[in-house]
Amino acid sequence: MRKGVKQIEYTVRGALGLCALLTLVTTIGIIFVLSSETIPFFREVPITDFLFGTKWAPLLEPKSFGVLPLVTGTTLIMVGSAIIALPVGITTAVYLSEYSSEKMRSIIKPVLEVLAGIPTIVYGYFALTFITPILKILIPRTEIFNAASGAIVVGIMVLPMVASLCDDAFQSVPKALKEGGYALGATSFEVIGQVIVPYSASRILAAFILALSRAIGETMAVTLAAGANARFSFDPLQSVQTMTAYIVQVSMGDTPQGGIEYQTCFAVGSLLFLITLAMNVAGQTILFRYRRGK
Amino acid sequence: MKDGFAARKRKEKIFKYACLALTFSSVLILVVLLYHIGQTGNKYLSLKFLTSWPSRFPHKAGIKAGIWGTIWLISLTAAISIPLGVLSALFLEEYKIPGKIGKIVEINVANLAGVPSIVYGLLGLTVFVRYFGLDRSLLSGALTLSLLILPVIIVSSREAIKAVPDAIRFGAYALGASRYQVVFWHVLPIALPGILTGVILALSRAIGETAPLIIVGALTYISYTPESVMDEFTVLPLQIYNWASRPQEEFHYLAAGGIIVLLTVMLSMNFIAVVIRQKTSKKVKI
Amino acid sequence: MTNEAVMTCRNLNIFYGEKQAVFDVDLDILKNKVTAIIGPSGCGKSTLLRSLNRMNDFVPTFSMNGVINFEGKNVLKEDPMVVRTRIGMVFQKPNPFPKSIYNNITWGPKIHGHKVNFDELVENSLKAAALWDEVKDRLHDSALDLSGGQQQRLCIARTVAMKPEVILMDEPCSALDPRSTIRIEDLINDLREDYSIAIVTHNMQQAARVSDYTAFFYEGELIEYGVTDGIFTNPQEKKTEDYITGRFG
Repeated sequence: MRKGVKQIEYTVRGALGLCALLTLVTTIGIIFVLSSETIPFFREVPITDFLFGTKWAPLLEPKSFGVLPLVTGTTLIMVGSAIIALPVGITTAVYLSEYSSEKMRSIIKPVLEVLAGIPTIVYGYFALTFITPILKILIPRTEIFNAASGAIVVGIMVLPMVASLCDDAFQSVPKALKEGGYALGATSFEVIGQVIVPYSASRILAAFILALSRAIGETMAVTLAAGANARFSFDPLQSVQTMTAYIVQVSMGDTPQGGIEYQTCFAVGSLLFLITLAMNVAGQTILFRYRRGK
Repeated sequence: MKDGFAARKRKEKIFKYACLALTFSSVLILVVLLYHIGQTGNKYLSLKFLTSWPSRFPHKAGIKAGIWGTIWLISLTAAISIPLGVLSALFLEEYKIPGKIGKIVEINVANLAGVPSIVYGLLGLTVFVRYFGLDRSLLSGALTLSLLILPVIIVSSREAIKAVPDAIRFGAYALGASRYQVVFWHVLPIALPGILTGVILALSRAIGETAPLIIVGALTYISYTPESVMDEFTVLPLQIYNWASRPQEEFHYLAAGGIIVLLTVMLSMNFIAVVIRQKTSKKVKI
Repeated sequence: MTNEAVMTCRNLNIFYGEKQAVFDVDLDILKNKVTAIIGPSGCGKSTLLRSLNRMNDFVPTFSMNGVINFEGKNVLKEDPMVVRTRIGMVFQKPNPFPKSIYNNITWGPKIHGHKVNFDELVENSLKAAALWDEVKDRLHDSALDLSGGQQQRLCIARTVAMKPEVILMDEPCSALDPRSTIRIEDLINDLREDYSIAIVTHNMQQAARVSDYTAFFYEGELIEYGVTDGIFTNPQEKKTEDYITGRFG
């Protein structure tokens, strides 16, 4: 009887372990898949042409494989969304953790959760049919597809993430420390600005990094709102193409497998993966160190 | 001194109201977004819209194929990802891998959750569609989505498992139970509501996913309902994308109609998850 | 020796929601004296102390009524921030800000816009807290590098730098080792020259060592109040005697 239990124990442990291993296999799979198409691509196109070229036209003759236009497009979206998400996110967190009553919190929190849960395609539709028309009224030279509109909705999408990570950070500031500030006659503004925020600075930074990484990987909203015009420019009112939108564009067409156009998807995907991975690792490392420090 | 004090109070007040205003901008955005979609989407919203195939003519078009595709895809995704995710979480939390490997697995899960969904699409395209030869089938899509939401399920399930009081584990061990008996008879049942909440939220995210499905080759024009997991398919968000990306305004109204259906499903799932969370957050505290 | 009161509490009632924590208390904090507040845990002594400079305002369900006279005004009706600049507080656990030693002391005067020579202020405050000699060569090091006892003295220096009238101390030695405790007690003895002090402690020997007056609390009521020697050698109330002789608490 006892022996039977032992055997089941080992079987269960092995089975569960295999499941957990799947996550490692996934990561290895991603790296393998991306590199298996990217390496042949770099045999055809010198890596320096790819990284530093300013003209992206892999689907048209004469072909050109400079990825910088996609990078600037992505950067525009990232910077624009940061302008919205970072200040609003952090002030929301300040309000939630320092000023709001329990009742307010119970209204704001679900609203943020819903905003975070709304599919990206819905934000794309909102950008295209609501925000862009408004932008066009404000600034008539705005194009139908433009980076600003995409950046605004991506900002709205990542805002809840900034707010909730910063809220966690503020909640973890020791009560004694805040009281020390108040006991000297400080206002909430002074305690927040000079005690709470400096204390949680590294976790706020982590929140920003993780949110921006999310913004970079955002796909459908920018595909719908920002267009498919790979342009090496920093004008937010023009149509641009992000790295993600390019991959979608190729997939929507009939690009044959194995061709250089097909491989560009993976080269761009690799670049996207590496950038977001670096940012996620940086962000997670900060959070991880903090959690262990506690 | 007294003047300085008044100035500080003023600053405090301005800051507080600025925070309040910015916080409420989220609420405002949500209201405007829902209102805008409701207004543009109600034109075509009808029973006919739910039961018609897509069409070149807006007044004839519907989302039947999208709805059925989504139902098939999400059921399949749930069947694959829930057991894998929950069992992984149990292993990571209850059987803790010691040392370096444990740490690597932990960091790896956190990072997988941050990988852009489109990269999962490239993975699915190469592995499931091409290498396994599953083509543009429901199964390819479901496997891809499963990998995508697996980290989310694992993270939330681990939280739920962590919340089970140690006293319960010790109580069972003290009766001479083996680890798997403790895990499956005591820990899992108590953690189940919390796990369920996380799973529902993860699936509701999967319902809205579009990009990876485009990459693995889901179609946008389909006029039949799937009959097996090897059939080609479309999903609701993809149908919405297709309509939204057309220049004619009539199709935008169709897209908004589809969005209303999509959001209704998602928000009800979120609501159920919140109810489960609130119902159970009071229970089991030792 | 005059017995002038700097703070007088009259008919003080304190509530957490429906539950009353302090009942109808009359208590005086005397000028340049140390007043100890003792009693078993949960008797409301910390609650009372934290009400004196409105630190309980942060507890959502908290409410109080009565009068606390201080500098001719009712603390309950004043702006809490003004109150706290005049009535400083030292907490149970040392809570220095994660800044340099120097900036810990200057932070309070700075936010209030005090125009003073900060170098002098830092030196004087640290001297007043008997910490100067130990840290004078590393004023710009992080306050978190100090030992627990040093941190607590830094918190006292930080409070002194505001030049308050009253200093409230909420079990200031409960997180410290015996050596550090003695140093803080010596410090309290010195501080009485310039400040009026109220100290909550559940260490009766400490109350006997440092205080001039003692107030004994039991279940939210002030049972007995008087000269410390009197309370400890000749208590008037049975409950006080039982507590002091260690029959409960």
